[in-house]
Amino acid sequence: MSHATVETAKVVERRKRSALGREQTRTAWLLLLPTLAVVAVVALIPLAQTIYLSFTNDRLASAQPTEWIGLKNYRFLLEDTVFRNSIVTTVKFAVITLVFELLLGLIIALVVNSSFKGRGFTRAAMLIPWAIPTVVSARMWAWMYNDIYGVFNDLLQRLHIIDRNIAWIAEPRYSLAAICAVDIWKTTPFVALLLLAGLQVIPSDVYEAATVDGANRIQQFFRITLPLLRPAILVTLIFRTLDALRVFDVFYVMFGARRDTQTMAIYAQNNIVAFSDTGYGSAIAVAIFLIIGIFVVAYVTTLNVEAS
Amino acid sequence: MDGARSTRRIVGRVGFYLLLAIIMIYLIFPFYWAFRSSITPDNALFATPVQYFPKEPTLDNYVRVFKDGNFMRALLNSAIVAGSVTVLSLLIGAFASYALGRFRFAGRTPVLYIVLSMTMFPQIAVLGSLYKMVNSLHIYNSLWALILTYMIFTLPFTVWVLTSFFQQMPRELEEAAYVDGATPFQTFYRVLLPLTAPGLVTTGLLAFIAAWNEFLYALSFTQTPNNYTVTLAIFRFEPDTPGGFEIAWGRIMAATIIITIPLVVLTLIFQRRIIAGLTAGAVKG
Repeated sequence: MSHATVETAKVVERRKRSALGREQTRTAWLLLLPTLAVVAVVALIPLAQTIYLSFTNDRLASAQPTEWIGLKNYRFLLEDTVFRNSIVTTVKFAVITLVFELLLGLIIALVVNSSFKGRGFTRAAMLIPWAIPTVVSARMWAWMYNDIYGVFNDLLQRLHIIDRNIAWIAEPRYSLAAICAVDIWKTTPFVALLLLAGLQVIPSDVYEAATVDGANRIQQFFRITLPLLRPAILVTLIFRTLDALRVFDVFYVMFGARRDTQTMAIYAQNNIVAFSDTGYGSAIAVAIFLIIGIFVVAYVTTLNVEAS
Repeated sequence: MDGARSTRRIVGRVGFYLLLAIIMIYLIFPFYWAFRSSITPDNALFATPVQYFPKEPTLDNYVRVFKDGNFMRALLNSAIVAGSVTVLSLLIGAFASYALGRFRFAGRTPVLYIVLSMTMFPQIAVLGSLYKMVNSLHIYNSLWALILTYMIFTLPFTVWVLTSFFQQMPRELEEAAYVDGATPFQTFYRVLLPLTAPGLVTTGLLAFIAAWNEFLYALSFTQTPNNYTVTLAIFRFEPDTPGGFEIAWGRIMAATIIITIPLVVLTLIFQRRIIAGLTAGAVKG
């Protein structure tokens, strides 16, 4: 009797659980619905439409009907030297800023990882360049770069590094380096903080053991710190690559849509908004999306590898 | 021998603080320069050689910026847009991240992957389509266009970070609530949400900063100064004296400082949380 009751109770319990499971699944999708709806409206449907538009001659606010023109936009894109230059500019920018940001970021991370008075304040202060808008930092630097009244020319002349005022932004020889310096200033502290997070999970007894074994600081850095920091460096690298490849603000504020120094994103924006050429602009956008998509796939799979 | 070691230690210590000083000067100098330029009168600002400390500091630039109706309007616009986007993202995102963080169901992994890839989505990729959508909805040149389109970057980020917050909570919490007969919604509302408050503050803050700093969509979807956000106002800063100096650098730097101060305050107060949120969003898989 009592045995049967236990059995029945178990069955009831199991039924209750599977009912709960079904209800959970239903509740889960219900909870996800608003997010999925928003994502569909602002991202997935627009993405599908962008791909469609890239095969048309669509123009915004044009009387002429939109026609399917197949791969014409893409064929034009392959021969478009302005777009090709924009890729070169963007990639140069990405490589230069990444190298400096990782190198300087690592140095800063190592410095703020050791203990000293005011460490907390230093770490907080490091976030400030990251927190302010890129447009603001671009403006601040543009003023420092000013060819007549700028502090850079004054400082460098006082230090006898240059003997005349240089138009840092206007002269093609210097403009890319000048803009990279702005991004490096703004982003290096952020990179440093990401790397710092990686440094902090390295257990200190590893270093203690190495010291007992007679390894000096430099050996410890290359044999312990760097290998254990690899995941953090990798993620930072890919994360920053994505940002660098879609760079828009800093170039637009400092250079406008100047033809010789435009990034991929500026070229696309200019075609879409200034020229109302949504068809061709969409083809550029798809190309950018594919280039960045390759990195996203790398990112996601890397993370997956790390997790398993 | 002991002396040599302690000398080396002192040299190392001095070198360390020297390096630290260089880093701090590097990070802070542009802010100092913006501040110095904002309190320098125009005649000294446009004079050579450059003055490193203003001889006659003045708040004139600040007064003029605050009297500038367009700039104040832009501050208000940015507060409205960033505030609305943050509240909406938290509201909608909290539900989704509760589901993703606490429930096991078929389709969970694909949704997580969509959210993760969305956090890296290039805004430029959908600019043309959003431009058309904004036009066909007749919200071009309005703050609605920005509130709607900014969700593309704030919502996935919010969901991703909040999911990791929800996942960290002990299972017993819900089980206790279920035993007491609570529905999943009640469990969420009464038990888990209050515990996620720190996560909500962190993600909300990051979403707010991201929306406050946005430029591409603001540039593309608004047109008239009454709908500018702060980034656009800084970009399109007009001199208040026609025929005066070509670029009103003193005023721009004053505006720059005004925009920066709230962000500096937020950053210094919530520093730890911001770092935790960013590393959860960026580094953790």
